[in-house]
Amino acid sequence: MTAGSSHPRPSETPLSHRIVLNARHMPSYSYGHRSPIWWGTLSFAAAEGMGFVMVVGAYFYLVFINGNWPLSAPPPDLLWSSLFTVLMLASIWPNQMAKRDGEREDLSRSRRDLVIMSLIGLALLGIRVLELGTLHVRWDQNAYGSILWLLLGLHTLHLATDLGDTIVLTVLMFTRHGHGKRFSDVGDNAFYWYFVVASWPPIYVIIYWFPRWW
Amino acid sequence: MTRTLTPHDVDAVPEPTRLATGERGGLPGVRSAADAPPSPDELRDDQVDGLELSARLAKTWGTDKGLIGALSTVDHKIIGRRYIVTAIIFLFLGGLSAVAMRLQLAQPENELIGPDLYNQLFTMHGTTMMFLFGVPIGEAFAVYLVPLMVGTRNIAFPRLNAFSYYVYLFGGAMIWVAFMLNIGPDVGWFAYVPLSGPEFSPGKRADFWAQMITFTEVAGIAVAISVIVTVFKLRAPGMTLDRIPLFVWAELVNSFVIVFALPAVVTASAMLILDRLVGTHFFNPAEGGDALLYQHLFWFFGHPEVYIIFLPATGWVSAIVVTFARRQAFGYIALVLSLIATGFLSFGLWVHHMFTAGLPQLGASFFTASSMLIAIPNGIQIFCWIATLWDGRPIFRTPLLFIIGFFFIFVAGGLSGIMLASVPLDSQVHDTFFVVAHFHYVLIGGNVFPLLAAVYYWFPKFTGRMMSERIGIWHFGLAFIGFNVAFFPMHITGLMGMPRRVYTYLPEMGWGNLNLISTIGAVIFFASFVLFLYNLASSARRGPMAGPNPWDAGTLEWAAASPPLPQNFDRIPVVTNREPLWANRDSLPVVTGLSVDNREQIVSTITHGRADLRESTPEPSIWPFIAAVATAILFIGSMFTPWAVVWGSLPLAVALIGWFWPKMSTEDER
Repeated sequence: MTAGSSHPRPSETPLSHRIVLNARHMPSYSYGHRSPIWWGTLSFAAAEGMGFVMVVGAYFYLVFINGNWPLSAPPPDLLWSSLFTVLMLASIWPNQMAKRDGEREDLSRSRRDLVIMSLIGLALLGIRVLELGTLHVRWDQNAYGSILWLLLGLHTLHLATDLGDTIVLTVLMFTRHGHGKRFSDVGDNAFYWYFVVASWPPIYVIIYWFPRWW
Repeated sequence: MTRTLTPHDVDAVPEPTRLATGERGGLPGVRSAADAPPSPDELRDDQVDGLELSARLAKTWGTDKGLIGALSTVDHKIIGRRYIVTAIIFLFLGGLSAVAMRLQLAQPENELIGPDLYNQLFTMHGTTMMFLFGVPIGEAFAVYLVPLMVGTRNIAFPRLNAFSYYVYLFGGAMIWVAFMLNIGPDVGWFAYVPLSGPEFSPGKRADFWAQMITFTEVAGIAVAISVIVTVFKLRAPGMTLDRIPLFVWAELVNSFVIVFALPAVVTASAMLILDRLVGTHFFNPAEGGDALLYQHLFWFFGHPEVYIIFLPATGWVSAIVVTFARRQAFGYIALVLSLIATGFLSFGLWVHHMFTAGLPQLGASFFTASSMLIAIPNGIQIFCWIATLWDGRPIFRTPLLFIIGFFFIFVAGGLSGIMLASVPLDSQVHDTFFVVAHFHYVLIGGNVFPLLAAVYYWFPKFTGRMMSERIGIWHFGLAFIGFNVAFFPMHITGLMGMPRRVYTYLPEMGWGNLNLISTIGAVIFFASFVLFLYNLASSARRGPMAGPNPWDAGTLEWAAASPPLPQNFDRIPVVTNREPLWANRDSLPVVTGLSVDNREQIVSTITHGRADLRESTPEPSIWPFIAAVATAILFIGSMFTPWAVVWGSLPLAVALIGWFWPKMSTEDER
C-alpha cells in the first residue's frame, strides 16, 4: 500500500464512517486472560519477579566471592520458616476456591473464601515476625546478614501488600459494591497470591537449606 | 486458484465473525452479570451521529476545569502532553549543565567552575539525561500516541498512568531542588561504590541520587505495564499482530525491556541506600561484601537502558520514514524481528562496561562477541529504512531531515561502538573523551535527532498547528553542524588521553584547541535549541492550522482531530491494513454499539485483534495524585529515618484504598 498522489483528500474533512460491526451485545467484563487487569497483574509479577531474581543473583554472587557461607553465623532456624512454608502451600487450596467461586459469581462463598484468605495472610505475617527472631544474624553484621534480610524483607513486602489488598477486597465484597466486575477482581487477587506463593519455595530453600548444604 | 490478489481483496473488511469473538463473558453454566443486556436507557453510538455524537462523547470523556480537575485527569493525551513537556524541560536542564561544563573546559586552567560544582554538574547532566529525559521521553510519546495508533480511547490503567507521571515529576523536582541547594549528587550518573558509599560520600548527596532512581523507576515500570496492556488488549478490531504500526511495536518491545531491566537498578540503588543508611554491608569488602556487585547490578540495567533510549527512537524513525517515503515500510517483518532481537540481546552486553574491572578473559571475549552481535539487528533496521526511502518518493520536510541526520550520526556512533567492543582498544580509551564522543553520537544521534523529527512530525497532532518549516530547516542545519563540531573533536581529545570528569587540565597537555572547538560546537548546538524553543512557542500560537492529517500519513492517530477530542475517535475504527488511512481514503470502517454516556472501550484478543468485550475504563480521580504525594513523602522521609517506611506507608495505604474503592458512578459499578 502506498500513499496515492493523484487526488489527495483535503485534510480538513473528517472521514465518514462505514459501520461494519456492532458491539452492543458484547459482554462488559470477563475472567482470566480475557481481562486487561489479568495482564497487568502478570506484568507486575514479572517486574517484581525480576527483582527477586536480582536479589537471588546477588546472594549467590556473595556466596561465590566469599567461599565460606554463611559468614560467621549459624544457619537460621527451621521451625517457623517451615511452618510458614507449609501454611503458604496449604493456602493454594482456599485460594483456588476463591478464584472458582468468584468465577461462579457466588457472593456468599466468595465472601467466605476471602475471609479465610485474609486470616491465612494474617497468620502468615505473624509467623514471619517470629521467623525474623530466629535468623541468628542482623542485617548490619556482615554481607550475609544484609542479603538474607533483604531477600526476606522483599518477600515480606509482597506478603503484606497482598494481605492489605485481600482485606480491602474482602470488606468491599461485604458492601453493596460486591457484584459484577468485582468477581473478576477476586480472581485477579487470587492470581497475584499465586505469585506470592510461587516466589517463596526457592527463597525458603536458599535462605534455610542452602547454607546447611554448602 | 492462482488469481492474484487485488488491493481491494486485501483491504476488504472481513465478515463479523473474524472481527469479534462472539463469546460470553461469564463462564459456561454461570448466569453472569457480564452478559446482561445493556440498559435501554443508556444512549449508544448507533443511535446518534455526526456533531451530536462528537459533542456528547467529548463531555463523557472530558476533564473537569479547575485545579482539582487538572490533577484528577486520566486522559492519556493530557498526561502524555505533560510527560513530553516535562521530559523536554529536563532535556533543556541537562543541556544547560552541559553548556556550563563546556564553558569551563574551553581553555586550560579555567576558573569559571570549581571542582565541587563541576562534580555535581556532570552527575546532574548524566542523571538528568538518562533517567529524567532518556527513559521518560520514549514512554511519554507512548502514553500520548499508542492509544491513538491502536485505535482506542484511553490507555490501559489510566489512573496508574497519572500516578506514574506525578511520581516522575516529584522525583525529578527533588533532585534538582537538592542541586539548587548545593546538595546535588556528585558521584557520577552511575554512582559507583565505594565512592558513593557511606565512607567516601558522607552527607545526603548520594542519597538524593539513589532515591531519585526509586522515583523514576517506579514511574517507568508503571507506564511500561500500561503500554504493554494497551497494545495487547485494547487494539482496534482487525489490528492483527502484523498490522500493528512499527512505532507501537517499538514501544511494546521497549516496555518489555523496561519491565525486565529496571528492577536491577532499583535493587542496586536500594542496596546502596541501605548500606548508607542502615549499615548493611552489600558493597563493603571488610564484611564480605563486594564493590563489583554494584557494577554488575547497575550495568545489567545500564546496558538495556541504552536500548530503552534507542528503541522508541526507532519507532519515530519508522513512522516518519514511511510517511515521507509515501510507501509502506520495506521489510516490516524484518524490522519487527530486529526490534525483538535487539530487546533480547540488550541483556547480554552489560559486562562490556566493565572491561577494565579485571574480569576473566573468557567472559570478556563473550561480551565482546555479543556486543558485536547486536550490530546485526540494528544494521538490518538501517538497511530497511534506507530501502524504504530508496523505493519511495521521499519528500524532504523537516522531520525527514532530522531522520537523515540521525542516519549519519548514529551510524558513526555505531562504528566507534564496534571499536570499543574490543577489549584492548577499550582498555586504552576507557574513561577518556573518546568514550564521551562515542556515546553522545549514539545517544544524541539515536535519540535526540529522531526526537526532534518526532516533535516536528506530531506537533500538528498535539496542537492543531504546523511548525515553521523555514525555522525548522535552520534548526536542523545548526543542530547538525553544532553537534558534530562539539563531539567529533572529542574522539581525538580522548585518543590524546584526556580523561572524562576532570574539571580542568594543564596547557602543556595540548588539549586546549580541540576543547575550544568542542565548546564552540556546543554553543552552536545550544543556539539550535533556542531556535527550536522559539519555533515551538511561536508555532503553538500563530502556526497555520493543520487539520487532522497534514502529512497525508497512514496510521490511525491521523484519523482523529488535531488536537484529538477527549474520546479520540467518535467510533472505534476497524483495521484492514497496516496503513489504515491509505487503505480507506473515502470512509473509515468502524464499530458501533458503545455507550455514549459512559466510558466504554473495546477489549480485543492479543494475536488476532478480535473484539471481545466492551469494558468500561476508569473515570477521573484525585487519588492517584494523593497517592503520588504520599509516595514522595515516604521516599524522601526514608532518606532521613528508616521509620518513614513504616509511618509513611499509612497515608499511602489510605490513598490506595481511596483509589480502588468504587465510586457512585456507573463505570465503577459494572
